Amino acid sequence: MATASPSVFLLMVNGQVESAQFPEYDDLYCKYCFVYGQDWDPTAGLEEGISQITSKSQDVRQALVWNFPIDVTFKSTNPYGWPQIVLSVYGPDVFGNDVVRGYGAVHVPFSPGRHKRTIPMFVPESTSKLQKFTRPTLRQPRAPPWPGPLCSSPSWFMGRRPEYTDPKVVAQGEGREVTRVRSQGFVTLLFNVVTKDMRKLGYDTGPSDTQGVSGPNPPQRFPQ
Amino acid sequence: MNPREEKVKIITEEFIENDEDADMGRQNKNSKVRRQPRKKQPPTAVPKEMVSEKSHRGNRQEPVQEEPKTHLLSMTVRRGPRSLPPIPSTSRTGFAEFSMRGRMREKLQAARSKAESALLQEIPTPRPRRLRSPSKKELETEFGTEPGKEVERTQQEVDSQSYSRVKFRDSARKIKPKPQVPPGFPSAEEAYNFFTFNFDPEPEGSEEKPKARHRAGTNQEEEEGEEEPPAQGGGKEMDEEELLNGDDAEDFLLGLDHMADDFVSVRPADYESIHDRLQMEREMLFIPSRQTVPTYKKLPENVQPRFLEDEGLYTGVRPEVARTNQNIMENRLLMQDPERRWFGDDGRILALPNPIKPFPSRPPVLTQEQSSKAELETLYKKAVKYVHSSQHVIRSGDPPGNFQLDIDISGLIFTHHPCFSREHVLAAKLAQLYDQYLARHQRNKAKFLTDKLQALRNAVQTGLYPEKPHQSLDTIQKTINEYKSEIRQTRKFRDAEQEKDRTLLKTIIKVWKEMKSLREFQRFTNTPLKLVLRKEKADQKADEEAYEAEIQAEISELLEEHTEEYAQKMEEYRTSLHQWKAWRKAQRAKKKKRKQAAEEHPDDEIAEPYPEEDLVKPSPPEPTDRAVIEQEVRKRAAQSRRRPWEPTLVPELSLAGSVTPNDQCPRAEVSRREDVKKRSVYLKVLFNNKEVSRTVSRPLGADFRVHFGQIFNLQIVNWPESLTLQVYETIGHSSPTLLAEVFLPIPETTVVTGRAPTEEVEFSSNQHVTLDHEGVGSGVPFSFEADGSNQLTLMTSGKVSHSVAWAIGENGIPLIPPLSQQNIGFWSALKKADAISSIGTSGLTDMKKLAKWAAESKLDPNDPNNAPLMQLISVATSGESYVPDFFRLEQLQQEFNFVSDQELNRSKRFRLLHLRSQEVPEFRNYKQVPVYDREIMEKVFQDYEKRLRDRNVIETKEHIDTHRAIVAKYLQQVRESVINRFLIAKQYFLLADMIVEEEVPNISILGLSLFKLAEQKRPLRPRRKGRKKVTAQNLSDGDIKLLVNIVRAYDIPVRKPAVSKFQQPSRSSRMFSEKHAASPSTYSPTHNTDYPLGQVLVRPFVEVSFQRTVCHTTTAEGPNPSWNEELELPFRAPNGDYSTASLQSVKDVVFINIFDEVLHDVLEDDRERGSGIHTRIERHWLGCVKIPFSTIYFQARIDGTFKIDIPPVLLGYSKERNMILERGFDSVGSLSEGSYITLFITIEPQLVPGESIREKFESQEDEKLLQATEKFQAECALKFPNRQCLTTVIDISGTTVFITRYLKPLNPPQELLNVYPNNLQATAELVARYVSLIPFLPDTVSFGGICDLWSTSDQFLDLLAGDEEEHAVLLCNYFLSLGKKAWLLMGNAIPEGPTAYVLTWEHGRYLIWNPCSGHSYGQFDIFCPLKNVGCLIGPDNIWFNIQRYDSPPRINFDVTRPKLWKSFFSRSLPYPGLSSVQPEELIYQRSDKAAAAELQDRIEKILKEKIMDWRPRHLTRWNRYCTSTLRHFLPLLEKSQGEDVEDDHRAELLKQLGDYRFSGFPLHMPYSEVKPLIDAVYGTGVHNIDVPNVEFALAVYIHPYPKNVLSVWIYVASLIRNR
Repeated sequence: MATASPSVFLLMVNGQVESAQFPEYDDLYCKYCFVYGQDWDPTAGLEEGISQITSKSQDVRQALVWNFPIDVTFKSTNPYGWPQIVLSVYGPDVFGNDVVRGYGAVHVPFSPGRHKRTIPMFVPESTSKLQKFTRPTLRQPRAPPWPGPLCSSPSWFMGRRPEYTDPKVVAQGEGREVTRVRSQGFVTLLFNVVTKDMRKLGYDTGPSDTQGVSGPNPPQRFPQ
Repeated sequence: MNPREEKVKIITEEFIENDEDADMGRQNKNSKVRRQPRKKQPPTAVPKEMVSEKSHRGNRQEPVQEEPKTHLLSMTVRRGPRSLPPIPSTSRTGFAEFSMRGRMREKLQAARSKAESALLQEIPTPRPRRLRSPSKKELETEFGTEPGKEVERTQQEVDSQSYSRVKFRDSARKIKPKPQVPPGFPSAEEAYNFFTFNFDPEPEGSEEKPKARHRAGTNQEEEEGEEEPPAQGGGKEMDEEELLNGDDAEDFLLGLDHMADDFVSVRPADYESIHDRLQMEREMLFIPSRQTVPTYKKLPENVQPRFLEDEGLYTGVRPEVARTNQNIMENRLLMQDPERRWFGDDGRILALPNPIKPFPSRPPVLTQEQSSKAELETLYKKAVKYVHSSQHVIRSGDPPGNFQLDIDISGLIFTHHPCFSREHVLAAKLAQLYDQYLARHQRNKAKFLTDKLQALRNAVQTGLYPEKPHQSLDTIQKTINEYKSEIRQTRKFRDAEQEKDRTLLKTIIKVWKEMKSLREFQRFTNTPLKLVLRKEKADQKADEEAYEAEIQAEISELLEEHTEEYAQKMEEYRTSLHQWKAWRKAQRAKKKKRKQAAEEHPDDEIAEPYPEEDLVKPSPPEPTDRAVIEQEVRKRAAQSRRRPWEPTLVPELSLAGSVTPNDQCPRAEVSRREDVKKRSVYLKVLFNNKEVSRTVSRPLGADFRVHFGQIFNLQIVNWPESLTLQVYETIGHSSPTLLAEVFLPIPETTVVTGRAPTEEVEFSSNQHVTLDHEGVGSGVPFSFEADGSNQLTLMTSGKVSHSVAWAIGENGIPLIPPLSQQNIGFWSALKKADAISSIGTSGLTDMKKLAKWAAESKLDPNDPNNAPLMQLISVATSGESYVPDFFRLEQLQQEFNFVSDQELNRSKRFRLLHLRSQEVPEFRNYKQVPVYDREIMEKVFQDYEKRLRDRNVIETKEHIDTHRAIVAKYLQQVRESVINRFLIAKQYFLLADMIVEEEVPNISILGLSLFKLAEQKRPLRPRRKGRKKVTAQNLSDGDIKLLVNIVRAYDIPVRKPAVSKFQQPSRSSRMFSEKHAASPSTYSPTHNTDYPLGQVLVRPFVEVSFQRTVCHTTTAEGPNPSWNEELELPFRAPNGDYSTASLQSVKDVVFINIFDEVLHDVLEDDRERGSGIHTRIERHWLGCVKIPFSTIYFQARIDGTFKIDIPPVLLGYSKERNMILERGFDSVGSLSEGSYITLFITIEPQLVPGESIREKFESQEDEKLLQATEKFQAECALKFPNRQCLTTVIDISGTTVFITRYLKPLNPPQELLNVYPNNLQATAELVARYVSLIPFLPDTVSFGGICDLWSTSDQFLDLLAGDEEEHAVLLCNYFLSLGKKAWLLMGNAIPEGPTAYVLTWEHGRYLIWNPCSGHSYGQFDIFCPLKNVGCLIGPDNIWFNIQRYDSPPRINFDVTRPKLWKSFFSRSLPYPGLSSVQPEELIYQRSDKAAAAELQDRIEKILKEKIMDWRPRHLTRWNRYCTSTLRHFLPLLEKSQGEDVEDDHRAELLKQLGDYRFSGFPLHMPYSEVKPLIDAVYGTGVHNIDVPNVEFALAVYIHPYPKNVLSVWIYVASLIRNR
């Protein structure tokens, strides 16, 4: 009985944050976290992670490679609120301040198998014209942080970028209308997705593998 | 001039040329053209130069020429250092030449005008001009060598030679300025013009002309050779070298001389008048006009514009181009390209359809690097079923084989086959003709038309002679005319039909005859065909009569027709004749005139155009002759009709003939037959280009018919795209050859098996077959004639008879795929067009609506994209399909409902999900909704359902008092309605909610931060930094903490010496009398020494409880303790919902309780004192401060000194004053009584409170007044942005009301007035107390922080709940009614924040009343919680505080001084006399004492139960005696408002409970609900005593005030029996 009619389905995701393309920046690290609905519950693995700092590759690709593993398992009763992975990339600016370099989110692929996703990243725009202007967009040299008092004075020359109060908002629609963003770079993710019991609960996400259960399995059919 | 010098000259000239080239190179083409003639000059320039100079000057008419003297002058000047622009020509033209020049000029002018006119006539376009110019020029130049000029030239020669050297230098210099005058060379330009004109030969040079011509002719070749641009510089020299040889010396010399002159010469200033310049520019430049080009210019002559769109062709959408730009382009194109290639037939520029996509598309995010990787990567892809990948899947879910197509192939007939003998060919032909005949016969069109004709004739007859002329003559005539034309038409058709019939019959007979002759010729028969002609005799006479009648009728009709025609023609003739005559007349007159003109201007005649054509004299039409017509008619009848004497021939084809057996046939025929026998045929059935089955192979019969009679049932999965039959022929045992393919139509869905007719489909093959026997072959010419003439080439062809239909299933259901799937293309096109209508294309769509939509949206019917839609519409409008005459909303809802509504509602899971999405509080945060209904417990819904049920039932259990229950219900309803009203604005985010960003650095901040660099790192007076604010949305349990910093307290009550209780009763009684701080001096400093063991007066500590979490500080000592401790309390939002709305409706209160820690020695045995300490710690409640969470939430932080709420009676404690300790702030402490505590409370992290919506509400106020309020507020906010200014408020129904309308004298309850009839002050205090007894309920709690609603005083009293402003308004109104001067005071206070107080003017001083507590403060009271004052509101005006300070002690409350108070209504805007929103009078019901008593008992019972509940591990004993004593005491407290009773009470208590150690106190609260009472009792911690023999006493007293305002007193005490 327990195997015949499971009460939850499982979504196992492993993979990695492979690499990123941020042509202007170097020495970046990334954070990831998952945003999921109320009916979802992580059962194993890590919901959040913070990667090592990576430097640009010295070849023409100039890729920032992390190969930072993701491994998480969710259980759920409802596909509503399917998990999304939220990525935020940070790195130092000219003054050595740690600023955000990009936010991005993508749904964990629905169908089992190996999936590669390249997600465009973006950052919120500053509301002030001056700050936009002073924002160092130039290719910064790999210089040590600004020495002397200028660095310690925080608001002297705004190297600060606006950030989301919570990176998770990029996975939601609420309140986004008040923000303006600018696109910036790409991050490539690799997912290996395994689902369990989804078909038994009547959710068909896979490509048409028709073997096994022939159709949806309405719960009413099973006597208690 | 010696040759060497010449050479030098030439070289310099080269140099100049080159240099010029280089300089001019970048000039435009025109300049090149201009220069070209000059290049040509060297060999021949000599005379031309002269002419050019002349002409140039002649044209320009320089003033120089008019005054030759100036030439000299100028010449001299030119040589001067100033180097004026040289004028070379002047050097050459001496005085002597002047007359000659004049003559030249004359000639030139004449020639020029002529040339111009000639040019205009001949060469309209400038292009040929350029080409021609060189050769022309050549010709002309030669003319120039006239003897008349010879003299002049020699003279010049001398001249020029004399200064040639100088000129060199000059010219060298000249090079430089030259480029500076870019348009420079006007002379060259003019010269060019000159040379391109035709001149008349000069009379002087006429003798030499032939010679010159000749020479020119010979020269021309050279010139032309040269004209091919010599790329190298050297080439030119060579040419010149050649010329040097070729030309005669004199000429050359002269030429050279002048050539040098030309290039090296000094020229006059290249002035150019603006007029010339403009002229030139006009020639050179073309400015396309912006005018619209008339269409006729854009089209070839005499062509009407053709609009393809009007003709119904699709033209597509043209890209948007501004009209003016289009015009410019058109003009330009017309100028450049006169062939009008760029214009379409409609006279517009050809344009492709607009390529711009209307929607932007995001490019894919593939990077290059990734694509290269992707190549290396192995991707696993599952094998996909064809069914699924096909676009035309019928339905993936359906089990395959549901649909069946039946293909019935009955047979095959060859209409030609290579093995046909000649007879077969004829037979096939005959059969075909016969079929045709049969078909025609069946239709019998001729007969039909004859009948029709007859009927029409009859109609005309009756129409002409109507029996009853009831119609107007006109209409009759009209109908008759119509009939007649109809008759004509019909007759024509009939004749044609009859003729066809006849020819067909004739052909049949002919073919049959041919066949017969063939059979005879070959002496055998191959086919069983036999034609029998049956003659049908008719009644000859009748026949003849009919025939004749017919002819006669026809003749008469024709005659009529002809006469009509004749009349018409005559009319035409007459008019044309008239015209002609008129024209003749005019012509004659013209001729005459012309003759005269010709005499005067003989030349003009040629130019005269002949616009009129000679009109031909019209000839009159000829009348028709009846005889001729009759002849014609008869002839035609003979041709097309059966003659009356002829019998009707009916051919009948039968297969009755016998075929000659093989042995009687010749060899060739036998071999043919054998060959036929060898052949067999089969068919393959291809479905979607895949072979699905094939027929059996059948031998070809002698009659070339094959019968299959097979039915194939195709169970199909894919939608049929094509259905093909392939005809294969096998000869002997060789491999089959494909003869032909037959494409079968896919049947309509209506065609099902049984109903499908057998159809024949023709096929033909293009194979070439030549056979060595009688067979005629295929694709090979053959002939029936012996001589091989009349050749025929036949291809193999035939017919397949078949039927295709959809099968019918066992239960009679046709196995047809659903209709909606059928038109895939159609479907998708519709989808593009309109998604909504596409949903319903399966026949449910309202076609009329669709058609209307199409008409309204102006669909281009010619657009190929719309084709299917238009087709659909046309079908729909033509009414072929079923058009429902109703419109169905959500047509497909039934189909989409996968389960019925009842079932859906029954599903618990769905219900749970639905409730959760509705954010019903119980389910808002429900996690993991189970998958199956059976896993959802029924109890999940129980609470919710109960709540729903209870909504309308007044629950009295909680509220105890029915009135309050009703009020609570009402409040709930108001709250809901208000919330619904503002639901839209709920999701309201600010940028700051989403994004953290540092402040924008403006200049001042930048400067400030620079300044900060020099600042000290650790300033002496540090300032509190603002914290990061956090929006509520991302929080979860445990994220929020409440920080309570307890700094210090003042004047904590001190213990009475407990040990001396019995011994010193008198002393204690004395002490009691001195309780009031008003007489601190009475305390003796020695008092302190009374305490034994040096025990301190009090050991207070603070306990903070919030949401049942309790924290406490360490214990300090003394009545003025300093803790300086921070307590951290976690905060949990209700239901785990941290949204702003939820947070601000948190009703929890922070209780800050001050306790005294008392140590009791409980050592039983004194002997053990040496070895152990047995002490019990008791804590005695001293007082509390209550701060609602909502206040903290909205204030973000609360910082200040608060009065501790100490019960009026605190047994065992007294407000002792230690003078030594108090000395420091003696003056302060003496001003106020009571104890104080300094606190700092905040929330970590700081939460952003939801802002109330500044929305415009509807209002019944005057528009002017509203504008004034806005203005007033804006002005105030500009000056003092932090001061509260209120002009309009929102009443409980959500409309804006002017604030002064709330203030109006209102009568307080008479009961209160009766208490102190003569003491106004006491009455005022009583009234304030009454107001403060009305429970406090902040609007933010009740209305979710949406807005601050003001209820009127009667509403407030009905609701018995409200926040500061309602209290203040009521109090103010009472004061006004008492005759006091009172104002509503808006300002900030602690801890409330922005609040409303009441200000009164009493006996020369201002009193500030806190309406919620009922306390009054003097203006200069430093413990007054009001911290600043924004504005004062009276019943008729508003005054805004514009003083420098706003704290009450520092301001002047005299509102009459306009410098200090800005009034709203002033002289400019007088008070309009606004009516009040308050009721006329407040009506108070007398309180129900019985109900109060009942409530009192119930509360007592509840509290007792609660206390027992809180002590689960101990026995709770109640001391009845004590309770009754307390109960007796409480009314006294109420009467005295807690004043002046303690001493008596204490005495009494001591008297009665002498045996007990007593600790207890009365609590006083306004009554709203039971819960706050319970909380208050819990907060005191009385129950915490765990002494085994403790007893408790609890008494409740409720004093009812009018209008059900209840004052609750709870006396709670613990008693410990002393041993």
